[in-house]
Amino acid sequence: MSDNVLSGLAEIVEEVAGVAADDVTAEKSFVDDLDIDSLSMVEIAVQAEDKFGVKIPDDELANLKTVGDAVNYITSNK
Amino acid sequence: MTSGIEVVITGLGATTPLGGDVTSTWDALLAGKSGVRPMTHDWVEKYDLPVKIASQLVVDPTEVLPRVEARRLDRSEQVAIVASRQAWSDAGHNDDTVDKQRLAVIIGTGIGGAITLLTQDDLLEQQGLRKVSPLTVPMLMPNGPAAHVGLELKAQAGVHAPVSACASGAEAIAWAYRMIMSGEADVVVAGGAEACITAIPVAGFSQARTMSTRNDEPEKASRPFDTGRDGFVLGEGAGVMVLERREFAEARGAKIYGRLAGIGTSADGYHITAPDPEGVGQSRAIAASLRSGGIDPADVGHVNCHATSTPVGDVAETVAIRKAIGDHPVLTAPKGALGHLLGAAGAVEAIVTVLSIRDGVVPQTLNLENLDPAVTLDVVAGEPRKIKLEAAVNDSFGFGGHNVALAFTPA
Repeated sequence: MSDNVLSGLAEIVEEVAGVAADDVTAEKSFVDDLDIDSLSMVEIAVQAEDKFGVKIPDDELANLKTVGDAVNYITSNK
Repeated sequence: MTSGIEVVITGLGATTPLGGDVTSTWDALLAGKSGVRPMTHDWVEKYDLPVKIASQLVVDPTEVLPRVEARRLDRSEQVAIVASRQAWSDAGHNDDTVDKQRLAVIIGTGIGGAITLLTQDDLLEQQGLRKVSPLTVPMLMPNGPAAHVGLELKAQAGVHAPVSACASGAEAIAWAYRMIMSGEADVVVAGGAEACITAIPVAGFSQARTMSTRNDEPEKASRPFDTGRDGFVLGEGAGVMVLERREFAEARGAKIYGRLAGIGTSADGYHITAPDPEGVGQSRAIAASLRSGGIDPADVGHVNCHATSTPVGDVAETVAIRKAIGDHPVLTAPKGALGHLLGAAGAVEAIVTVLSIRDGVVPQTLNLENLDPAVTLDVVAGEPRKIKLEAAVNDSFGFGGHNVALAFTPA
């Protein structure tokens, strides 16, 4: 798993949802652990697309349950 | 009243162009301060707007709220949250003091999330759909301030948002009165919020020729009842009060600021923006507030006026006051200092009225130097006046011909 992608994603999550970047670790669930709602997930996805140059279609976004899922998706679609 | 139910005020909260809370606002009002300052926004020059002044918050809500909370809220919602937290805490409430199904929130706004609407429209135009915030709708909807406060307090007796232009804040308080009197709620958090100092509202009000263009003397621009008045000054802010059924408040040992004894509402049926110069609708609202409160007009010592510093409106209001109450009440117009907070005005000025009764002092009408000869009533000018009040009325009127009068009495 890419540490650069993880730390970059953590910065976005902190900016959008106010979760401390250190708490954004691979095994965490966006909804259940980090208390991020569906509206914030849209914002996070848009910022991640810009930052990492990937496309995250809505049907893929729905599958990204954990931070690790997102890191893996971004890493393999960059 | 026959029901035996009384409505009392137990908590106050505000953020205004005079101060970041109720005490600082009240002190600045009595000290003769003005909240009006030049607008430094880039769009003032860009569109060469004729109005270059506004009454702007002393304490920006983003300085008070956590960053992430603030970015999810329109500015009108931010100020509503700030004022509501103050009022809730001032009332001595916490999570356990009231059954949530007996708690309501009613917060009105005149314009709603205009800043969000325009900002997001710019993003759509310039950067496309992807950049439009998924929070756009909950940020721009006019029930947003009420909804956010209701959610925070988990209020479940009802969450409402009256929209009646510059009467919205007062209408919220009138609605609270009705909910408590009818037995629908024991506690209601009610008020108004407005934050729309941005290009389109300023341009629109300018084109309607309703705003002061005294740009070279911002602090003197808002001057209700003065012969030199030339329109209102746009303001921003929020005022919120906690109203309760008296027995409920007393049972929990709450301090009581005063009583909302009666309310009156009416509509002019006259013109979309101009007030009826004969003040017929306005006087009916005032008379109804006294009737519903069982108050003898002779006992009304003071009227906190809506007077916005427009040539026609200020005089029409005094005609209405004379008709409904008589020649004896002492008047003031807080918009001389505060500017016009639109949907928040009625709520902030209701708070001022409650404090006038509590402290026995009526603030001066800032910038009233030469009383319009068409005004034959006693308007406080120059400095505050000490006066013991048995009852006082707060007027609020809005574009559309909405009239609201709130009649307050001591605790």
